[in-house]
Amino acid sequence: MAGLSINLIALQLFTGLALGAIYVLFAIGLSLIFGMLTVVNFAHGAFYMIGAYAGVYIFMLGGDFWICLILVPLAVGLFGLAVERVLIRPLYGRGIDYPLLLTFGLSYVMVELIRIAFGKTGFPFDTPENLQGAVNIGVGYFPLYRLFVIGATAAVLLALWLFLEKTSFGLIIRAGARDPQIVRVLGVDVARVWLIVFGVGTAIAGLAGLLAAPLQGVIPEMGSTILAEAFVVTVVGGMGSIGGAVLAGLLVGVVVSMTSLFAPEMGKVSIFALMALVLIVRPQGFFGRAGLMS
Amino acid sequence: MKQTRSGSMTRRRLLATVSARAALAVSPFRINLLQAQEANIKIGFPVPLTGPYGTEAQDQVRAAQLAVAQFNDAGGLNGRKAELVVRDDKLNPGEAATRTLELVEKEKVNFVVGSLSAAVQLAINNVTKERGIIFNSISQSDAINEAADFSRFTFHEALNPHLTSGAVGRYAFSKFGKRVAFLTSDYAYGHEMVRGFLEVGKAFNIENLGDIRHPLGTSDFSTLLPRIQALKPDILCISNFGRDQQIVLKQATDFGIKQTTQIIAPLLSHASRVAAGPQAFEGVIGGCSFYWGIEDKFASTKAFNEAFKKMYDGKLPTDYGALGYGGVRTILAAVTNAGSVDTDKVIAAMEALKYDFYKGPQYYRKCDHQSVQSVLVIKSNSKDLRNSSDVFEVIGTDEPNETNLRTCSELGHKA
Repeated sequence: MAGLSINLIALQLFTGLALGAIYVLFAIGLSLIFGMLTVVNFAHGAFYMIGAYAGVYIFMLGGDFWICLILVPLAVGLFGLAVERVLIRPLYGRGIDYPLLLTFGLSYVMVELIRIAFGKTGFPFDTPENLQGAVNIGVGYFPLYRLFVIGATAAVLLALWLFLEKTSFGLIIRAGARDPQIVRVLGVDVARVWLIVFGVGTAIAGLAGLLAAPLQGVIPEMGSTILAEAFVVTVVGGMGSIGGAVLAGLLVGVVVSMTSLFAPEMGKVSIFALMALVLIVRPQGFFGRAGLMS
Repeated sequence: MKQTRSGSMTRRRLLATVSARAALAVSPFRINLLQAQEANIKIGFPVPLTGPYGTEAQDQVRAAQLAVAQFNDAGGLNGRKAELVVRDDKLNPGEAATRTLELVEKEKVNFVVGSLSAAVQLAINNVTKERGIIFNSISQSDAINEAADFSRFTFHEALNPHLTSGAVGRYAFSKFGKRVAFLTSDYAYGHEMVRGFLEVGKAFNIENLGDIRHPLGTSDFSTLLPRIQALKPDILCISNFGRDQQIVLKQATDFGIKQTTQIIAPLLSHASRVAAGPQAFEGVIGGCSFYWGIEDKFASTKAFNEAFKKMYDGKLPTDYGALGYGGVRTILAAVTNAGSVDTDKVIAAMEALKYDFYKGPQYYRKCDHQSVQSVLVIKSNSKDLRNSSDVFEVIGTDEPNETNLRTCSELGHKA
């Protein structure tokens, strides 16, 4: 095909990074929950979908996108807290497959409940008015809204980093992840720490769902496709490593984008080819700790 | 001698019959026998209720139920009622074949109507033609007309890609320019549509800038769009369907492609336009088999719309809904005309049908059982909508005409 230029390659690279930002935002919550709680949250896609539907609901009540940006993570996070307290907590210390199976089942229940409440057909979700259209980024035109998503992802990452590394509560979380028994002996209520971590993880999933809604609309099944891609990101980055998820998310985005440029049919497969390659060379992923799953 | 013997046979048979009848009269078998005689006329209906085409499939079911209800309200076949047996084929050929086999073997359906995929319908057709069951397909396919896949049990109520892309291509290539790029769902539907566009494009000397293919069920097209922008086409022809169509139009709008390029689609789905909203579909031109708005033109459309509204709280039917209705209605009309559910008689009645049930005059061409019908060229409405279903404007019509189809000999049918 003709028309291959430096500008196009640069634009394609940028498109990949933007796509990667969406993967990162979704995978970060997954990685956080696994890294701290060793819970493989199969309901993460469902929380993401709930986030989009919460946005739809707030719109129905007359809210706008900016109100959604604040309320949706709060609402989904609160729901996440309830799920952890009632369903996940009794399963701690029982082996990794218990919460895995629970969240797997939970995702089906959540999707079905949404189908009952909102119907099987989706909802349109228009791009917020002041973020519509494309802007010239020097190498070509790029949708303003996708730039906004990159910015939002960066903001979430910064906030999460500050929270984990610079606050005393973050210190407790990190200590709890490394050795919960010692932390408990020191008189810290570990259960409360885990509750908060799960809440923060699901709140980020809800936010990701809201941000994805203007890109692809809202349907009950929207969480299932991205869940597969997010697991690739967490595995490539190293299970439970937040830094790894960021790097892997961006890498997956760029690999998909560059593959799509030369062989569009291979776009989807390239994600899994990348995973296979990384697992052969480095079974624990980029920054994974070996033995976390056992 | 001979006569006496046969006479005694008759007497014996008479005795046997009488005693059997007497036994039956007091046994529970009698009820079963009566039921078997008056069993419902069963129509199997495999459609992809879940997956990217789910919205459209649900419309198909709703309207098909209307055709069944109308048949039953009119007294059925001498009192014999019809019944729709719906199955989810999950947009998967293997699943569809299994479900169809189950419909034939376990449910003992008399007919099969359904499918919403160019690929999946061939799997259903393979089962029905082997079992000698009539199948009326209600989704687009070129292959199903061709001698290799066709059988005398196969009917095709839907449009086919050749017909659809022909109508849209003739409209668009004469107006918007010659440089055409394609973005295509990578399976039979997309491939057949592109072939149709290139075929009709020859007459307009279009320049094919390239065909970019994406897997069925893609949720992000951003990585494909910069490439298309760089090609600077006059026309971008997007051949995909359902949720894929909703998402790609939304994302193409975000990337600003509409500012320099006219987007066309072989089919614009009513349900997808409603689901995605006016913004994504604005200015896009495409084809369809049915739009409720042609009720000003055809009494049959008006009647269909009214009946549908009455059954479904004032909702108007969609394009694929109308196909579900047409597919079932034609079979039941043929059953009425034949006065029987016997396969051969119903096939003959279908072939003889000249019908106008929902969109103006139609008939099944003899050689490939393709429904000869009109194609509407439509544009998405975004302003001054009269109601929530007022989503398209009809800007052109290809009247029913066999010359718009491939000829019987082209399809490999012997004269």
